[in-house]
Amino acid sequence: MLEPTVRAATSPEVGPAADYFQGYTVVGLLAVVGVLFVAVAFTAGRLLRPEVPTPEKLMTYECGVDPVGEGWAHTQVRYYVYAFLYVVFAVDSIFLFPWATIFADPGFGGVTLVEMFIFLGFLAIGLLYAWKKGVLEWT
Amino acid sequence: MTDALDITWRLLAVFVAFLLLPLIVGQAEHKVMAHMQGRLGPMSAGGFHGWAQLVADGVKFAQKEDIVPAGADRRVFRIAPAVALLPYLLVLVAIPVGPGDAVGRPLDAGLFYVLAMMGVGVLGSLMGGWASANKYSLLGGVRTAAQLLAYELPMLLSAASVAMAAGTVSLVGILDGFQWWWVPWQIAGALVFFTAGLAELHRPPFDMPVADSEIIFGAYTEYTGLRFALFLLAEYAGIVVLCALTAVLFLGGWHGPVGSGWFWTLLKTALLAFVVIWLRVSFPRLREDQLQKFAWTVLVPLALAQIALTGVVKVVVS
Repeated sequence: MLEPTVRAATSPEVGPAADYFQGYTVVGLLAVVGVLFVAVAFTAGRLLRPEVPTPEKLMTYECGVDPVGEGWAHTQVRYYVYAFLYVVFAVDSIFLFPWATIFADPGFGGVTLVEMFIFLGFLAIGLLYAWKKGVLEWT
Repeated sequence: MTDALDITWRLLAVFVAFLLLPLIVGQAEHKVMAHMQGRLGPMSAGGFHGWAQLVADGVKFAQKEDIVPAGADRRVFRIAPAVALLPYLLVLVAIPVGPGDAVGRPLDAGLFYVLAMMGVGVLGSLMGGWASANKYSLLGGVRTAAQLLAYELPMLLSAASVAMAAGTVSLVGILDGFQWWWVPWQIAGALVFFTAGLAELHRPPFDMPVADSEIIFGAYTEYTGLRFALFLLAEYAGIVVLCALTAVLFLGGWHGPVGSGWFWTLLKTALLAFVVIWLRVSFPRLREDQLQKFAWTVLVPLALAQIALTGVVKVVVS
């Protein structure tokens, strides 16, 4: 319901949204250039290099000894809790960016700063908790 | 029409910088490391002090047979080097070099975009490590993942501190607001950012994922020829991007003690690249647990403290 009002308010300045995305068309063009570069390099490489595969050559290289078992071994990745810790922290820190751009503007100031310290306090306590739980011990 | 021409020029400039600067850093690494160790380094290729060594290396790489191991996940294995390399090209477009419009493309969410892209670069190593179907490569890939988990966070936090100081996430905006006293004010954040960036690029002393004495060459073990060369290029492009970003975010980019211009950005980037090489010569490799402990118990608290300091100073000043 609110959307038309917002559009009407911004339309005199030749659509900021259009401007915003125009910046990324240049990025998109550069991505195309990059993909072309890699494609050309790989194609040229195919024309230049020799190709004489032998079974020994195609064998997995593990220090010159014939590989034992499969490459995709069944390993237990032990850092599940740790990865979880990362996700929590990273999502939190992403929220810092929009807040960072306005926290010192007129009308914010002191109160916002206190809020930030509460936020940092949560992060610090989380880190201390993980530390105490032994998530940050590796030996 | 002029618009199209302008964009073409900019893309060309970014692309040439992307191909040239990593080679210059690579050559500098050969020479600087050699002289720090009492050697001469490459001397013959190209005649004058072996300036064409990396060109010769490139020619050699292009002529080598491209081997995809029989057990590998072929498609992922083949595209992994491109995934590792291209994000750094895309980052370069957003980095402002000089005042005015000396930037590939000023993006409003520049800082955000740049950090996101740098994170994608690490995926290339993960894909390579997994797709190789080699136990050592897999170990290297898993270590890469663990390192990313540990060091991405302090990097984000210290970058957020700069965004707080400037009140914007646009890289151009950050430089427009820059004052000289930001350097001592943000110095802890700068150290955290630079260190975390080094760790994300697997540069020594954080090169556990490619530790050649224990897991051959980590995720890159099975790669040969051109694909291996692209991984190497990605590493050096990463150094250029990290140094340029540190210069822009924490050292004032184009602002210099005398005047201002693109010259200062390049000089600061070059000096930081020298430091990167210097660190490689000076420090032994950190063990995996030391590496993790360093990130969580030193860098993350330091970054949080920097954010607190930035917040207090900013509110007091304004």
